[in-house]
This record gives sequence, C-alpha cells and structure tokens, in this order.
Amino acid sequence: MSTVTVAKRRPPVRPARVLLHVFLAGTALAWLAPLLWAVYAALRPYPETNAKGYVSWPDKLSLDNFTHAFRQSDMTHYFMNTLLIAVPAVLLTLFLSSCVAFYVSRFDFRLNLALLLVFTAGNLLPQQVVITPLYRLYLLVDLPGITVSGKLYDSALGLVLIHVAFQSGFCAFVLSNYMRMLPHELTEAALVDGASVWRMYWQIVLPLCRPAMAALATLLSIWIYNDFFWAIVLISTGENMPITSALKNLAGEYFTDPNLVAAGALLTAIPTLIVYFALQRQFVSGLTLGANKG
Amino acid sequence: MSAETSTRNPETAAAPPPGGAPVNGKRARQRHRRLLTRRDRLTLGLMAGIPTVLHIALVWLTALASIALAFTTWDGIGFDSITWVGLDNFRQLFTDNPQFWPAVQHNVVWFVVLILIPTPLGLFLAVQLDKRIRFSRVYQTAFFLPVVVSFAVIGFVWQLVYNPDTGLINSLIGANKPGHYIDWIGDPDLNLWAVLIAASWRHTGYMMILYLAGLKGVDPSLREASALDGANEWQTFKNVIFPTLRPSNTIVLVVTIIESLRAFDLVFVFNGGAHGTELLSILVTDNIIGESSRIGYGSAIAVVLLVTSLGVIIPYLVSTFRKERRS
Repeated sequence: MSTVTVAKRRPPVRPARVLLHVFLAGTALAWLAPLLWAVYAALRPYPETNAKGYVSWPDKLSLDNFTHAFRQSDMTHYFMNTLLIAVPAVLLTLFLSSCVAFYVSRFDFRLNLALLLVFTAGNLLPQQVVITPLYRLYLLVDLPGITVSGKLYDSALGLVLIHVAFQSGFCAFVLSNYMRMLPHELTEAALVDGASVWRMYWQIVLPLCRPAMAALATLLSIWIYNDFFWAIVLISTGENMPITSALKNLAGEYFTDPNLVAAGALLTAIPTLIVYFALQRQFVSGLTLGANKG
Repeated sequence: MSAETSTRNPETAAAPPPGGAPVNGKRARQRHRRLLTRRDRLTLGLMAGIPTVLHIALVWLTALASIALAFTTWDGIGFDSITWVGLDNFRQLFTDNPQFWPAVQHNVVWFVVLILIPTPLGLFLAVQLDKRIRFSRVYQTAFFLPVVVSFAVIGFVWQLVYNPDTGLINSLIGANKPGHYIDWIGDPDLNLWAVLIAASWRHTGYMMILYLAGLKGVDPSLREASALDGANEWQTFKNVIFPTLRPSNTIVLVVTIIESLRAFDLVFVFNGGAHGTELLSILVTDNIIGESSRIGYGSAIAVVLLVTSLGVIIPYLVSTFRKERRS
C-alpha cells in the first residue's frame, strides 16, 4: 500500500506547519463558538445575565437551567416519542433495504439498475415534493384501533412508514454495492447444498454486511432523530411529536428566557452527540459509502 | 512535502473500495435461477416486492399525485370536489403571487452562497487535514460537529447569537441598546444572510468530509511525482489533486443543489420563513399547515421543486449508473 516509508525520524519543526496549526485551531474554535456560546448562556442564571448582560464574567455557573428545561417541559415524554419512532424505523429500513439489495445484487441484474435508480432518485427528492398528497393520504387512511388517532395522520406509525420509504432508497443503494463485492461462490455453494434463499440471506450474506449495516444504522439513527419536517406536518397533537419537532412548541411554551432556550436546545442535541462521539467512524464511513461512488 | 506521503492515514473513512464488478456474470445467475424452489421464488418476490411497493407508493405515487393535483383545485373534503383548472394554478403562481419569485430567488441565492463559500472552504480544510498532521482528528470533529446536530437545534443556537437584545453579536458591538438595534432575524434585508451564515457553518463540515473521502482515493505516488518535478503546493493541487477529485466534485455539486432545494427546518425555526426568508419549501408547507390551505396551489409549487430537482437527479444518476455498468 505505502510506496515510500520514512524511517522514524521526527521532521524538523517548520514554520509553515506551525502556521497551519494556528490557522486550524483558530478556525476550529470559531466553528465551535456558537455552540460554546449556547453552553455558556445555558449555564448562567437568568437574573444574572439579565442584570449584567450576556457578554460578562459569570458569578455563578450551574446546571439549573438544564434541569428546569428538562422537567418543566416533560422532555422524557418527547424522548420516548422519538424512541418509539426511531427504533422501529431504523430496524425496518435496514431490514427492507437489505432484502432489496440482496435480491438485486444476487439474482436479478436486469432489474438491478432500474430498481436502484428508482430508489436512489426517490431518496434525493425534496420532501416537500410529496408532502401535500401524503398529508391527504394520511388523513384518508382509517386505522381504527391500530393507532391512537384512528388514522395514519398524527400517529407514530405514519412517521415510521414515511421514514422507511424515504430512507430505504439510500440504504438499498449502499447495501447493494456492498453485497456485490461479496464473492459469488458463497451463495452459489449454499444453493447447490440446497439452502433456501432465506437462509442464504439471513445466515450468509447478512452477517457479512455487518460493517455496512453498522455504518448505516448510525447514520439513520441520527437522521431520523434529527428529522423535523415530517413530524411538523404529519403530527397535529403537540403531545405526539418527537423531540426535535417538539422543540419549537416547547420553546414557545416553557422556555421563557434565552438561557432556558439554550439549555433545552442543547439537551435535544445530546443524544446525537453521544452517538456521534461513540460511533464517529461508522457515521463518517456511512456518509461516504454512498458518496464514494460515481 | 514528500515526508508527508509516507504512509496512508489509517484513522480515516473506512469505506470499502468502490464498486467491484460482479465476478462471474450471467452463467452463475442462470444456474442460480434453475436451483430455486417455488418457495424460494416466493421469498424473493416478497423480499423485493414489499419494500418496492412501500417506496413507490409513498414517494413516487405521491410525487405523481402532486403533479396531478397541481392542475386542480380541491378543498380536501371528498373526491367530488376536485375540479380540473388546467394551468390556472401555475398562471397565478407566476404572475400573482408576491411570494413566489422572491422564494425562487432565495433558493437560488442559497445555492450560490453554499457553492461559493462553504464548499471551497470545506475543500481547503480537507486538503489541509489530509496532510497527515497531528490533531487532524480533533479538527475534523470540530468542523463536522454542526453536521451532526439537527437543523432545528442549529436554528435555536444561532438565534442566541443573533438575538437583537441578548445575542452575542449585538452585545459585542454594542448594538443591543434601543436606537442602535440591528435586527438580524427580523430585518428583511439582513435575515436571509444571517440564516445563510448558519447554513454555511453546517455545510462546510459536510463538504469537508466528502472531500476528505475523495482525497483518500488520490494515489500518493502522484503527489510524490509532482513534488519531485518541483511543483509547489498550489501547482500540485491545481494540476494533480483537483483533477482527480472530479467524482467528488460531482457529488458535492449534486448534494449542494439538493440541500438548497430542501432547505426548510433552519428557516422555519429561525423566523418562520417570512419577511425576507421565503423559500419554495416554506410556501408548499404554508399551503398545508398554514393559514392559506390551498391544495392545488401548494402542489403547483411542489411541481416546480420536483422538476428542478429531477433536472439534477436524473442526469447525475444516469451517468453514475452508466459508469457502473461499464465497469
């Protein structure tokens, strides 16, 4: 892989390199500044910032705003809503898109391109292109006893379905490319041995796709968690909203000063940040898996 | 320069090499087919069928329904009340709607700004971070952080920066006193630019990651050869690295166009998408959950979005898939 290997010799400190570090560190700090500003505001009591202004030295720093924002707005409830939507949506998207990918990459090459084209193009459409009919459709579908609202509208099920339909485009594309790199002999041998198609998929191909699945799962969790638009339109009851979309209502209702707004907004960002820091490699590779093509 | 190219950086994007061609083509597949039992065929049918039906029903049929509805008026109560009006919605949209052309203009400005400022900046950062420098990972994390956070949270965070009374900027420059206010959020001459700074803040990190992935694919010996030929850093970039980044550039262009068409959340949180920050996506949504709920009219705006985005998506995907077929 490496063409030239330099032995362990510390390169001398060069002014250009130092300059580069100064530039990068400065830019990185500037990049973090808005977030750090929000953290700073969230840590300070409102009466103090009100009296001294926001650009001032702190007398007291505490997590009070975070606990208040969390309790007053009953955030646990909204986090649970998100969980109820995101977990089934991620699992279902991965399952269904791996099925499609398995089919097109192993069996039907004529359909392969056409199907992938449809899926990928669908995934790239702006959501607003489909929202008007989708909204009407969700109002029309009666599901008495299945969802609380009795319709697809204003239900977690409705959100799960649209997430799955939309995101499976990207995932099918990525997984099909991944599966095509697996040697053909694998499945062929299994078929000759009389293994069923389902077993080939479940016991041979799927376990080999684990790295790609992990990357996609990370990416999907963050995307679905961060979704704002679908829930704003397809959920009418404030109580049923997932956390990201509920934020706007909560800010109007409970977060009465900027310090609380900062705390509330940061609280909703924490789960994504945890996932990102824990699974950074998966996240970035997932993002570039799709982009590496072409 | 040459000391940098010794070994590849192992910590970056663990993406597998792109598209290996299927090994043994048609014959294996035909043999596959013959070995399939009836049950296998059923399984396969379901595996391909269910996701396809779901995707087509919720994404493509609704997109087609948008087109159909754009030529009608409908109050949403019963199918009988759908009336065909031909091009009326579009005529009204293009001539009467005071928000439509500003929205189109804002979407275009959105794209132009994203492609001219954060995209080259992201490329620049990627090239710097690709030099095997220390703390590369720390810098990457900082630049990429805004991409991980939701647009809604970004909207709130930047509101804290822009707030006329309590915001960072006005507090720093002393514009938070009555009489000196600079209203970054409310002033229609300023707010689009303010929101675009927030959007660029996020877009830079996204572009950086896409370019970093592309740079991993640049053959180190190319850089080596260029350095041996006595090219300086800029010449190496211009003549050697940038040309090999062509696939990345295509992706970046497509992603940026799509992002500019999709832009919604940030503006919606920031000021509701009115008084200077109208966007096509906002106008569509206003016709669903807003005051003026006009189904046909909203669909006509959606059709404008659909046609524009397909104009980008289809050529891109066709060329991508054609390349793949060749390989």
